Amino acid sequence: MATFKFRTPVSETDVRKPSIGDTVYVSGTMITARDQAHRRALEHAKTGKPIPVDFEGGVIFHCGPIAVKEKEQWRIVAAGPTTSTRMEAYEAEFIEKMKPRIIVGKAGMGARTAEAARKFGAMYCDFTGGAAVLASQKIRAVKGVEWYDLGMPEALWILEVEEFGPMTVTIDSHGKNLHDIVQGSAQEKRAEILKVLGVA
Amino acid sequence: MGIEKTVEKTAVEILRRAVIYLPRDVKEALNSAYKDETSQAGRTQLKAILDNIKLGESGKTPICQDTGIILFFVTVGRDFGDFSFVPEALRAAVRTATVDVPLRPNAVHPLTRKNSGDNTGMNMPYINWDIGEGDYIEVTAMPKGAGSENMSSFAMLTPAEGESALKRFVIDQVIKAGAQPCPPTIIGVGVGGSADIALKLAKKALLRSIGMRHPEPQTANLEKAILDAINMTGIGPMGLGGRFTSLGVNIEYAHCHTASLPVGLNMQCWAARRATGRIHRDGTVEMVG
Repeated sequence: MATFKFRTPVSETDVRKPSIGDTVYVSGTMITARDQAHRRALEHAKTGKPIPVDFEGGVIFHCGPIAVKEKEQWRIVAAGPTTSTRMEAYEAEFIEKMKPRIIVGKAGMGARTAEAARKFGAMYCDFTGGAAVLASQKIRAVKGVEWYDLGMPEALWILEVEEFGPMTVTIDSHGKNLHDIVQGSAQEKRAEILKVLGVA
Repeated sequence: MGIEKTVEKTAVEILRRAVIYLPRDVKEALNSAYKDETSQAGRTQLKAILDNIKLGESGKTPICQDTGIILFFVTVGRDFGDFSFVPEALRAAVRTATVDVPLRPNAVHPLTRKNSGDNTGMNMPYINWDIGEGDYIEVTAMPKGAGSENMSSFAMLTPAEGESALKRFVIDQVIKAGAQPCPPTIIGVGVGGSADIALKLAKKALLRSIGMRHPEPQTANLEKAILDAINMTGIGPMGLGGRFTSLGVNIEYAHCHTASLPVGLNMQCWAARRATGRIHRDGTVEMVG
């Protein structure tokens, strides 16, 4: 398993290097976006309304942080990943239209996202779920917050990060999906497990 | 200070402890999982989890940004006296804790999705009531994150299939949930009663410490058997593969109608947060868990 360190903006050539199971660290700008922000960004793209940030070559973080405002400056207290499955409905279109290169979350994503990652050159990485203090230590500064009307968790937080990680690549740009492999193998063991439990 | 204010201040403290310090049984279970995990990916995840727990404690920071929706379990001692002020005191405590701890404002209107900003709202925080002994009220806070809560499920199973149907249901739900509830999880199962009772018991089962088995041997053995079976799936920490998919299975049951077999399932993430305090009528306070 290889380790990769990237800085934003990430090029397509770079994002196509890692494979599932590899370790990744990123430095530069990371933007949080959850379901509401994905939905609004895609709506705005459709209707031509402005989007306050540029996602191209960037890193999307499925995260709703706890942030506190101290002397007019935001500070991130805790910022672990949220379950990415909720964004599955939007991510493929988001990758196509907004062109981010790295999506960070937890628990993996589905076939549509994997296909978009393969087609347009992107990858999805897992950061340990719940490890919010570990994550916040890699955040150097809050560069801004947009769409705060969506609420603290759903807003777009623009973060400056340094060696954010370790993250595990679970969807690479070659069509492989690590969570699918693990879950598929669990499904294969199901009959044997039920037999051990004495279930006919 | 009046008893109202004491309850409120204690509840803030209970919430703070709940989101920053994991219960000892949970930490011990995670430590021993790290020792025994054989998959490299699983060990990496457990190491990050243990590091994160330490960082949270030393920095007095909530270990997970999802500080959940706030659920209270309140047991009122028969000699405590008037407790009609408790709901308002707990609501006030949630508002204060949201700013002071801080907690992430998570409570939204279920349909408009408008965030109230202070973790309170219609029926929230939710209080479960019980009757107990003594001159005190015991307050347990369980901040429940959505990653695991969203994996809850319920089934009306066929009574004739009994235990087999229950086992199949739990295993299938765990496989379906995969990485989503932030494994290694704790699995709460509520069996019997009625639909609502089964789900309530499943949640209540999560208040029991890891490793503490149901007092009745038959149910205790079922808990052990299902835990071993879950850990055969290989889903592992964070669903990246490994031996530790769950740390414990806790089952609670109620007698039910002869024609039904309701089963509720409630999952808890590794950040299994709960804290308990007792407030006596005279204003003395003990933190008991």
